[in-house]
Amino acid sequence: MPQPLDYLPESPSQTAGPYVHIGLVPNLLGNTGIYPEDLGRSPIRDGAKGQRISITGHVRDGAGMILRDALIESWQADAAGLYPSPGERRGTADPNVTGWARIVADFNTGDWRLTTIKPGPVALPQGGVMAPHISLWIVARGINTGLQTRICFEDEAEANAACPVLARIEHKARIPTLLAKATGAGEYRFDIVLQGPDETVFFDI
Amino acid sequence: MSDAPTTGPLIARNRLWHPPAYTPGYKTSVTRAPSRALVAMGSTLSEETGPAFGRDMLGELDNNLILNFTGQPAIGERIIVHGRVLDETARPVPGVLVEIWQANAGGRYRHKKDGYTAPLDPNFGGCGRTVTNAEGRYEFLTIRPGAYPWPNGVNDWRPMHIHVSVFGSGFGQRLITQMYFEGDPLIKRCPIVNTIPDPAAIDRLVAPLDMGMAIPMDCLAYRFDIVLRGRRQTHFENRREGM
Ligand SMILES: [Fe+3]
Repeated sequence: MPQPLDYLPESPSQTAGPYVHIGLVPNLLGNTGIYPEDLGRSPIRDGAKGQRISITGHVRDGAGMILRDALIESWQADAAGLYPSPGERRGTADPNVTGWARIVADFNTGDWRLTTIKPGPVALPQGGVMAPHISLWIVARGINTGLQTRICFEDEAEANAACPVLARIEHKARIPTLLAKATGAGEYRFDIVLQGPDETVFFDI
Repeated sequence: MSDAPTTGPLIARNRLWHPPAYTPGYKTSVTRAPSRALVAMGSTLSEETGPAFGRDMLGELDNNLILNFTGQPAIGERIIVHGRVLDETARPVPGVLVEIWQANAGGRYRHKKDGYTAPLDPNFGGCGRTVTNAEGRYEFLTIRPGAYPWPNGVNDWRPMHIHVSVFGSGFGQRLITQMYFEGDPLIKRCPIVNTIPDPAAIDRLVAPLDMGMAIPMDCLAYRFDIVLRGRRQTHFENRREGM
């Protein structure tokens, strides 16, 4: 017998289920009085540097049905490409950017909306520059393990072309599933498709 | 005991240990499972960094689900749920947010979508949160949730369970799972539990009764350790290309 490797296995994931709101956004659900406010209501505070943008979308399943029970978390860099995280060693991020948000699909329409600042490109310590992007983690009833994807921006063609992460996608025709489309000044549309011909690219990172 | 590192590349997820996306026994997954392979890559700064939450945001009763809704005690069997958050290299993960939610003692959720016959408990909200201490420990005081039926098979019931959401130090460590209770005969029959292929992995979600932490004449205790993805730590990290 070789020496044992004393790793612990990661706790296996389980679906967030239909009642995820009770735990993560109780005030939005109407269960008020436990916490003063829900966490992650905005990834920015007043005074955040950068271009204000709003991204709207929905999450759609393989049957074309829009999910009304999806919950998305987003994580992004500030306008200079720095993360507001203790793990950020390249500099100090904008104090008015928290970078993290909880985005909840509307109970009636399934639409979600994120108002933030456009993140800057993120230079990687090992070389290469990731195009401006917002990382997403998607959970809902029927999703066994949270899905990881990214919002990139259609109007950042040059940065997208040089992005080492987008370059990992072998089927180039699928890259547009990660590109938010400009629909107006500072307005973008980003629909997430869980399954089917226009299925969004999800990552194993 | 040294803490889990807060920087460095994440160890790849063992996708054979987690439930696959497509699990027809759990019917809702059928149309919500991606059909294309996930695009694999090493973690980047976007997954290695993540939001931080301090203990200063916590209210005094945030981890006391018996009292935190109205201040009057919820009905049910009083239990402590406690444990540690560790990473795959067995180091404690301090300072991370743990959020839980659950049904009341009758198996009913305080949610507009839950129409189960069991009554709401006017004094039970059903959520709690805390931040792990320097040793990675967390603790909740709650009531044992009831089992409940759900529309999947004709007569499917969820075992007693508590939903658990955990942050690590990186966004790529984000995890939601469920805690089950030792000895519950419904665990084996549950289509959601059985999305996990390996019985040894299911065992990791079953909290044993912990009489060592039970408080005499007050409450029972269950212990539930949570393991997050680990990080690689070697002297060869961050080398320049070609070295
Ligand atoms: Fe549940």
